[in-house]
Amino acid sequence: MTPSLRIYLLRHPGVVRLGVIVLILIAWEIAARWFIDPLFISPPSRVFLSLGAVWQTAGVPAALRLTFFELAVAFAIAVVIGLTVGLAVGLQPFVRRSLLPIILLLYGLPQITILPLFILYFGIGAASKIAFGVTHGMFPITLAIVAGVQNLKPILLVSARSMGASRWQVLRWVIFPHMIPSFFAGMRLGMSGVLLGVLLAELYVSTAGIGHFTTMFTENFDPTKLFGLVTMLAAMAIVLNEIVRRAETRFSRWR
Amino acid sequence: MARRNERAAGIGSRAVQIGFLLGILVLWYLATNRWGVNRLLLPNPIAVWQQLLDVLKSSEYLPDLRVTLTELLVAFALSMTFGITVGFFVSRTRYSIRVFDPLFAGIYSIPIILFLPLYVLFFGLGPASKIALGATISFFPIVLSTIAGFSNVDRTLVTAAKSMGASDYQLFRYVLVPAALPVILSGLRMGFTIALLAIIGSETIASLAGLGHHIVQLAEGMDMARMFAYIAFVVVIAVLLNGIVSFLEARGRRWT
Repeated sequence: MTPSLRIYLLRHPGVVRLGVIVLILIAWEIAARWFIDPLFISPPSRVFLSLGAVWQTAGVPAALRLTFFELAVAFAIAVVIGLTVGLAVGLQPFVRRSLLPIILLLYGLPQITILPLFILYFGIGAASKIAFGVTHGMFPITLAIVAGVQNLKPILLVSARSMGASRWQVLRWVIFPHMIPSFFAGMRLGMSGVLLGVLLAELYVSTAGIGHFTTMFTENFDPTKLFGLVTMLAAMAIVLNEIVRRAETRFSRWR
Repeated sequence: MARRNERAAGIGSRAVQIGFLLGILVLWYLATNRWGVNRLLLPNPIAVWQQLLDVLKSSEYLPDLRVTLTELLVAFALSMTFGITVGFFVSRTRYSIRVFDPLFAGIYSIPIILFLPLYVLFFGLGPASKIALGATISFFPIVLSTIAGFSNVDRTLVTAAKSMGASDYQLFRYVLVPAALPVILSGLRMGFTIALLAIIGSETIASLAGLGHHIVQLAEGMDMARMFAYIAFVVVIAVLLNGIVSFLEARGRRWT
């Protein structure tokens, strides 16, 4: 290794990171091509080439759109619920002391155990996925809002009120701007919750979403298409997470 | 005076909490007994309670509980071994931290449950796929917290120990481990919690046995009262396990 290359690599760990990923892909390619039964695993090159074929499988684009729709609706509802409950609980010390333990208790319970109930109540269509995503996403958002409101300095509220600000003005000009960083932190956690909830419900039972196709590809022992579909979903999850994370860094800069 | 007010407010909060829970129970009872909500949607709370007692007495849960606990223990042992080993070696140089830490954090942000169909295809419907998924999911918080724990050890402590002539082993045992342990322990607790969730989740989605599987069976048989009782039973088991792990974490923090 020449000294200049060495220095370049030392300065750019990201290049080495990419190298590690490429090495893993090569190892996977070799293992899948020559050592492991092709019924169970597919080499990355073939998965990559099959992405087009997966996209053209009847119903897959619609299924991805449906899953995206479920994620978006669940996220919107979770944000609205989290914001309302978080403000209602966080702004009054008495309500916070009374209800926050209950919220924490509910958040601590393993929600996955009641997934069959969601299917029973909301059917096997999109509604049950949205509902399960909402219950996973709303708790972290609520807790982040409560924490954000709690960190508000009382002196700011007192001085705003003493200068004659109305309730609405206090909310709009004092509480709201101070809440923005924790609000976006909560949105990020809420997004991973929503992704988890919707995907769990999709995988459990599905008639038209991606869960339907993962089951079908698994049962047909078609690992190439299964890997392709999972890759597309992972890309969707990464993009959604990244959007929320970017929004977080962008909007928490004002202080 | 202020103190008395505080105590009164504390009692008030408790009253609200108890009232809230009682209110839910009363609403549940009224909904099933008076307002005629379909028993297939919401079973009677008294029936659920009787079924819960029956579940506890009958010990029919033992095989499922054994399967789930075995999966959990094996998965956690795997992720703990690999997570701490990999985390330790990555944390040895600043450079390898900068290469690997973002890599692990990036993968951790993907919902790994997505890969469950791949695991089922590869490892089958039995316990192996649950163990593999649980180990994968809990590996990431453990490896990340191990890296964080070992890399944030105060440099002056290390320099001081070295200047006083500590051997490599002594440095590891008396400086690095005590400094990193609290962070690693909280990573282990987090890993344990999400391993439990991942295992019950994958049992719910595709499996042959286990607690999650049993809930699905009862749901498919429309045996609602028993299903509610079984959900309560599993929730209690999960809360107990998390309590034990939190207790061990607190003990471990004191050990060094």
